[in-house]
Amino acid sequence: MTLALVLEQLLNGVQFGLMLFLMSAGLTLVFGVMGLINLAHGSLYMIGAFLCAAIAGMTGNFWLGLMAGIAAAAAAGALIEIVVIRRLYARDHLDQVLATFALILILSEGVRMIFGPFPLYLNVPDILRGTVQLGIVDYSFYRLALIGFGLAVAVGLWLLISKTRLGIQIRAGESDREMIAALGVNIRALYTIVFALGAALAGLAGALVGAIQSVQVGMGEPVLILAFVVIVIGGIGSIKGAMVGALLVGVIDTMGRFLLPRIFATFMDTSQAMGVGAALASMLIYLLMALVLIFRPKGLFPAHG
Amino acid sequence: MDNLRKEWLLNALLALALFAVPLWAWMANEPFIITLATRIAILAIAGVGLNIALGLGGMVSFGHALYLGIGGYVAGIAAHHAFSGTTVLGLPGTNQMLPIWAMAMALSGLIAGIVGALSLRTSGIFFIMITLAFAQMGFFFTLSWPAYGGEDGLPIFVRNQFPGLNTARPWELFLIAYGVLLASLGVFAMLRAARFGAALMAIRQNPDRAAAIGISPFGVKLVAFVLSGMITGLAGAMMADLTRFVSPAMMAWTMSGELIVIIILGGVGRLFGPVAGAAILVGFEVFFGGVSEHWKLWLGLVLLAVVLFARGGLIGLIAGRAQNV
Amino acid sequence: MSDPVLDLRGLSKSFGALKATDDVSLTLQPGEIHALIGPNGAGKSTLMGLVAGKIAPDAGHVRLDGTEITTLSVAQRARAGLARSFQVSSLIPDYSALRNVMLALQARQGHSYRFLRPVNRDTALREGARAALARVGLGPRASVEAAMLSHGERRLLEIAVALAMAPKCFLLDEPMAGLGSEGTARLVTFLNALKHEAPILLIEHDMDAVFKLADRISVLVYGRIIATGAPADIRANQQVRAAYLGEEAAT
Repeated sequence: MTLALVLEQLLNGVQFGLMLFLMSAGLTLVFGVMGLINLAHGSLYMIGAFLCAAIAGMTGNFWLGLMAGIAAAAAAGALIEIVVIRRLYARDHLDQVLATFALILILSEGVRMIFGPFPLYLNVPDILRGTVQLGIVDYSFYRLALIGFGLAVAVGLWLLISKTRLGIQIRAGESDREMIAALGVNIRALYTIVFALGAALAGLAGALVGAIQSVQVGMGEPVLILAFVVIVIGGIGSIKGAMVGALLVGVIDTMGRFLLPRIFATFMDTSQAMGVGAALASMLIYLLMALVLIFRPKGLFPAHG
Repeated sequence: MDNLRKEWLLNALLALALFAVPLWAWMANEPFIITLATRIAILAIAGVGLNIALGLGGMVSFGHALYLGIGGYVAGIAAHHAFSGTTVLGLPGTNQMLPIWAMAMALSGLIAGIVGALSLRTSGIFFIMITLAFAQMGFFFTLSWPAYGGEDGLPIFVRNQFPGLNTARPWELFLIAYGVLLASLGVFAMLRAARFGAALMAIRQNPDRAAAIGISPFGVKLVAFVLSGMITGLAGAMMADLTRFVSPAMMAWTMSGELIVIIILGGVGRLFGPVAGAAILVGFEVFFGGVSEHWKLWLGLVLLAVVLFARGGLIGLIAGRAQNV
Repeated sequence: MSDPVLDLRGLSKSFGALKATDDVSLTLQPGEIHALIGPNGAGKSTLMGLVAGKIAPDAGHVRLDGTEITTLSVAQRARAGLARSFQVSSLIPDYSALRNVMLALQARQGHSYRFLRPVNRDTALREGARAALARVGLGPRASVEAAMLSHGERRLLEIAVALAMAPKCFLLDEPMAGLGSEGTARLVTFLNALKHEAPILLIEHDMDAVFKLADRISVLVYGRIIATGAPADIRANQQVRAAYLGEEAAT
């Protein structure tokens, strides 16, 4: 185990964390502003990845695909908000969970009907191929670009929420729903925009990650669950919490999988250590979440008081 | 006809149909149908378990697949050691259903006690997510723990046995499942009518009021959560014996979702809600699965329609809203 | 003077910079109605929460019948003999009036962990609940769901539930709210008799009712008790007139 390997894993953890942040930001905004639990957020991630892979495959241009992926996810988000989601704001959590669970079934099968049952593959764009030398680490250029993307989006989101009119309305919506209505803000439109914004971020994450994973039906749900872990750890409704939670989850998960089997191997039989280490590593972030909830039942950065 | 009577008639019809159809299939030598009915019965038992927590207590557990999986692995591991003649933690394996059930319920109850005690400190979306997190821990643990098959799962080569019946025959296995289903429905009805149920349902509706008259919500909910986990765990052990296979998929979050779906389709908090829901779900899978490979799309649409427009599920649609008067 | 049933000593509670309850001490003597009045935002709800156990105090003690209950939960205090009614009716909406009261009886007996016998066949529970409903005049409405009762009937059901708890003292949070003049008059008569069963700590906005009913009145302003005394003394108290009644008269 060399230092370079550890650093590489650490960077992978940060990269993973930033992609999780893209997912979590939308999820936490939608919960913060509309009070909605959206299980179908992972389906929007999948839609972004599929559209990106399909358009990039057709045109040979990754960036066109990326645009298409974001646009498709945003459009799908706006559509399901208008058709289904807005009927759920006043409902209890159980109804929200079930209706959005139903949306997962519908969207997954819908994508399977359109794109067929086989995975699509998305190539890393040419200019981001290969590796770059970062001190002692030879790191994948594309993954480094993902880190850059993630940070850029985070800054953009921060500017949007703290500096623009839309951001003011979003923040007002988080603290007092009746008040923004009284101020003459069109709540329906605001909710659709927030939902579509979250969907676009999920679609962006799906498209970006699609190039280092296979693009297939069901790809969204594991990420969705991790994103829920992220926002619960961070405090639901808090963008800052989502960033901290995403980095924690990304780094702890990646480092746990890398380090735990090696740590156990120092005092156990190697094959046994691999099993125990892997089992523990895969449970690590859920353990973290349970611990956070037990000691801080509203997460690390509770959004409301 | 008043709603209460309609509900009882519907319940009786469901109970009768779930018995008569496999009976006919047994006589007509259609083992596939008997197995489907057995699957409905076992899923319904799991649903009855969840219905205690969710229907009576209002606890939206998004992790009940954990108990299903624990029950399943108890059955699988016991059979595995009985088959190979080895021991686990100093105990020999067994191929007898009754001790396996007892063990499955005890272990599910214990884990539900721990999960419940920690999760009930939270509420709302946090409760949903923490129960999901615990189930995911179980899922990933079984997935990566190599001793009992890891992600490949663990086969049960010879179905476990029940005194006086031949469990290899589908009809006799069905009778066992049906009997356990009736018993679990009996337990549910008894709990609901007793002082415990009165307290639990009151806490669901108004925890502040319950506390103000001296009923501590935490304790009552925790006991309900444990009972709920135990019954779902029992169903897991039986499910493993039906399919003669356990795998991490039993603990997957989609399984937890399906258990909730079963209750919603049938009717939340209704005695026969899980029976109706399990029958709808399995029926959907079989009939629409035969017609279209995209049957899940149709299931999604039906579920969406039920949530948006028919919140009482099938039983609520026919017999109106629940009577607690 | 006999020992107080309820004894609050030096209760304080702050929310951030706001002192919602500031060193409050008061007693509730056997057989009395002690009314707590004060302008909106004076901290009456916080004080009620502190007594009922919903809010933990930063400092001070609550004693019930000489027993320290400061660290007990809401449910434990209720079992110790503290019955409260809520400012906004808070019942079990799907339960009939009868079942709402039966639940209180069941809780009083401490037997909520009974899994076998159906409550509906529990005649002792039913009869006890019927008696409590009859006392507040809700007998004919026993089988109506709480959610279907009128506003006034729900206020009465709150009282019946409290009665069923056979408490050592009552905490009544605006029981007259929205009752109308006739309903208020009847409730005044009822509470006047009830105080001999167990004393009542009363929060009420209806000043006529308060001055008719109360044996003693405490005035809460900005979290502090500025005066405690017989109704006539309170009426004459300059400080109270300035802080509270003056304000009332102005609006």
